[in-house]
Parts: sequence; structure tokens; C-alpha cells
Amino acid sequence: MTSVLYDAQGPRARRRNVLYTAVFLIAFAALLWWVYKSLDDKGQLAWPLWKPFFTGTEAYSTYIWPGLRNTLKAAVLAMVIALPLGATLGIARLSDHVWIRVPAAVVVEFFRAIPVLVLMIFGLALYANYTNVASDDRPLYAVVTGLVLYNASVLAEIVRAGILALPRGQTEAALGIGLRKGQAMRIILLPQAVTAMLPAIVSQLVVIVKDTAIGGAVLTFPELLSSANTMSGYYGANIIASLTVVAAIYVAINFSLTSFASWLEGRLRRRRKSTGAVLGAQDVADVAGTTATGAEGAPGNTDGRSGLVGRGTRGGGRDGTTGAD
Amino acid sequence: MEAREIVFDFLGRYDVLGAFWTTVQLALLSAVGSLIWGTLLAAMRVGPVPLMRGFATAYVNIVRNIPLTVIILFSSLGLYQTLRVTLGAGDKVDTANFRLAVLGLIVYTAAFVCEAIRSGINTVPVGQAEAARAIGLSFTQVLRLVVLPQAFRAAVGPLANVLIALTKNTTVAAAIGVGEAALLMKEMVENEAQLLAISAVIAFGFCCLTLPTGLLLGWLGKKVAVRR
Repeated sequence: MTSVLYDAQGPRARRRNVLYTAVFLIAFAALLWWVYKSLDDKGQLAWPLWKPFFTGTEAYSTYIWPGLRNTLKAAVLAMVIALPLGATLGIARLSDHVWIRVPAAVVVEFFRAIPVLVLMIFGLALYANYTNVASDDRPLYAVVTGLVLYNASVLAEIVRAGILALPRGQTEAALGIGLRKGQAMRIILLPQAVTAMLPAIVSQLVVIVKDTAIGGAVLTFPELLSSANTMSGYYGANIIASLTVVAAIYVAINFSLTSFASWLEGRLRRRRKSTGAVLGAQDVADVAGTTATGAEGAPGNTDGRSGLVGRGTRGGGRDGTTGAD
Repeated sequence: MEAREIVFDFLGRYDVLGAFWTTVQLALLSAVGSLIWGTLLAAMRVGPVPLMRGFATAYVNIVRNIPLTVIILFSSLGLYQTLRVTLGAGDKVDTANFRLAVLGLIVYTAAFVCEAIRSGINTVPVGQAEAARAIGLSFTQVLRLVVLPQAFRAAVGPLANVLIALTKNTTVAAAIGVGEAALLMKEMVENEAQLLAISAVIAFGFCCLTLPTGLLLGWLGKKVAVRR
């Protein structure tokens, strides 16, 4: 195979590859052996520690499923609340009026600059001090609040990028046939932008699912990760086994979401009916930083690497990448 | 006492600057470590050896789908408390936790560094390498003179995003008791009454860390990017 980095290989390069493969195999085997040895030395491979996960369903029905349900509940709630909020903020940032555009920009940039854990801690204290939410419900409220504040601002950027990714002719034609600005946004731009944004939104869901675990570890929100702790107490200090199973479940959920997003992105890109503007997973990664570093989706951005995927200028070679947080 | 002093009097009782210094240390050490490990991963991922490519792809796909919290908790509960891996910290729990947090952040962030570098390489058109080979440059010359300079310049923007995300992710170290800004905030809001003032101080601190990084590196990324 060829790529930009190397050509089809001759006999010498192939011999070198075999050598690299052998060296890598030895190093990898040594690492696996070390992992096996240290686990075995501490008795972590003993069958009783792993048995609850392979025989019977008690571990799943008693510990993992209730935790998973809370994880999904928090993630879905956060997404459902953050979407309209983010759409509003994103559209507000595109407003022609300075007194709408600037405050929206400040809010979005502020909440993107702050770690989601700080927002969650703030939420927890807020509900404890100023509301009468029952103390059992507070962690859920706090986790959802933190996730909503952060993700609404990320989604605002996605919405803004999605609208800016549409060809300018769409707005011009809409205004040309006499629609008002609000009508053009509502009838022409938003419906197309929402379709273009779908893969990016699904990718953002991965970030949300991962972030719920912070709430479990710091705010005692009883989600999937904290169920590992509970199980470890019940099944005799099998924390390594429990965390491995929990991690596998996270990978399964998030990997299917990521694959779904890539599939959706490919499908939307191939579709002939639309304007071809698709906002993929990579664009979420760009958006997850601050405006200055990537998703400066303003028209007149000429460097070709703006956070927008427009009109088929970016072909293959990009698969799903979600933001690093 | 003036009102201002009453509102912010908690600053005298807590070491806010010290906590942010821990945050900065976590971020910088993890940034260096994950840059090295991530670059190695990227080299494996785009290299010609199928086995290494498979390993790097699997690593990236698994690690970026696991929550950072799981990785950090695993390094504390699994590596430290169960397997007694202390990373040379001996009995000093705080030092051990700090180093384990850095380890966890490196393992996690490297996957994103790898993807950022790979996205940089992907921006280089294949025609560049073909033209370089056509004028008779050797393999190392093609990489050194033509492909990698363009790839690194395109990777600055994505890497800046990774660095910002890493700075924010250091707060997850609070889950294993590393005394950084978020843990201090948790302690303060539990003991003090001025919730808004405390949150404002912590939020301001993180804005000071992330916004200039974003502006500076974003400007740099745009400046060095190859116009196509």
C-alpha cells in the first residue's frame, strides 16, 4: 500500500518490516507477561474475583444495570436540555445585533473554558444551599447541570458551524424571495444545518457519557463507574475485575456511538439531495477547544482548515474523532 | 472590614495559588509525556508495519472511548492500592497519587495527540510526496523536507485543542485526592458560605489558564498553517 508517507515496498523494506514486527512482538509480549505476572502475584486472577461476571446475572442486575441506567439517564437528560439551549446560543451568536451576539459569545466562551467538574461542584453546592432538592437527588441534578452548561456551549458552536457551513446562496436566495431574517433561519437554514450537525451531535453524546463518570467519582452520583466500587466491596476486593468490566461496557457503548456517527457522516456526505455540508466528528474536536484554535467558522476564514466541512472539499482519510474531554 | 474583604476572606485561609500550581504541574508534565507517547503512537499508526498499525489503532479506539475518570481511578485503586505500583514514590501517598494522575492523563491524552498528529498528516496531499519522489528525493528526504514540515504545521491547531482539553481534564485528578484546583474548590464550598465568590475565583483561574493558551496557539496555528 502507498500513503503520503511511504511508497510500495521493495524487498529490503519488507525485510526491515519483518524485523520491526519481531521486535514489537517481543516488547509487547514482555509487557503482557509483566501485567500477567503482577496480577498473578497479587492473586488478582483468582477465579472467585472474576466469577460474578461470567456466571449468573446477579452482578449485572444488582449493580451494573442500575448504575448504567443512571449514566444513561444523566446523559440523555443533559443532551435533551442542552440541545435547545445550545441552538439558542448558537443562533444568538449569529445575530445581527451586537447586544445579542456579544453576550451569547461571552457565555459560550466562558463555559467552554471551565472544566465540567468545576461546574458540577458549583451545581451541587447551589442545590444544597439555595434549593430544597432532596439530598438523594442532588448529585443527579448537579451532574446534569454541569453537563448542560458545558455541552450547551459546545453545541452552540456546533450549531453555529453547521449554519455557517451552508452555502451562502441559501441565505441569499431565501432573502431574495422575500423571507425575513427569522423566516430564512427557521425555514431554510436550520433544517439543513440540523441534518448536517447530526454526526457531530452523536459524537458529542460520547463526550457526555464519558463525563458522567466524573460525577460518579467525585459527587457520589450512583452511576456505572461507582457501581464498580460497590461491587468491589461486595465481591471481595475485585476492583481490577470490576473496573475492567465497567471499562468494557463504556467502550461498547461509546464505540457503537462513534461508529454510528461515522456511518451517519458517510451517508450524509454521499447524499445528493443536500448541499453537501456535513459536520463530522473531527469538527467537534475542533469545537471543543476555544474559538481561536479551530472552529472559527466565520466567512472569510481562508486557511481551508476551518471547522467546517463544506461542499466535499474534504474527502476520505478522516474517521470519527471525538473531543478530548 | 470592607465588604470586599468579607466576601473574599476565604482566600487567606486556603492556598488557592498552590492548588492552581498543582494544576499547572499536572498539565505540563502530562502534556510533555502525552506528546512523546502520542507521537510514537502516531508513528506506529501511519507506519508501514501492519502489526504496529493494528496496535496503535486498537489503543486509540479503546482509550478514547473509556472515561478519563475510569483510567485515573484504575491507576489509583488498581495499580497503586492493589498491585503496589508506586512509581518510585514509596510510602508518600500524595506523591504517588500525583504521579499516578500524571500517568493516567498521559495514557488518555496520548490517544488524542495521536489523532491530532494523524489529522495533520492527512492534510498533506499525496501529490506532494509523489512529486518529491519524482524529483529523486530519498525516503528520509521526502519525510524531512516535504511531508513532515507540512504535517506538523497543520497539527498545531488540533494539538492546541488537546492541550486545552488536557488542562481542563486535570481536574479529574481530584477523584483520587490530588490537591489541585477542583479539589480545593470542593473543600472550600463545603466549609465556606461564599459559594459565588469561590466559584468566581476558581472559574477565573481556569479562564486564565485556558483562554490565553487557546488564543496564543490558535494564532500560531493559523500563522504557520500551509495555505492550500
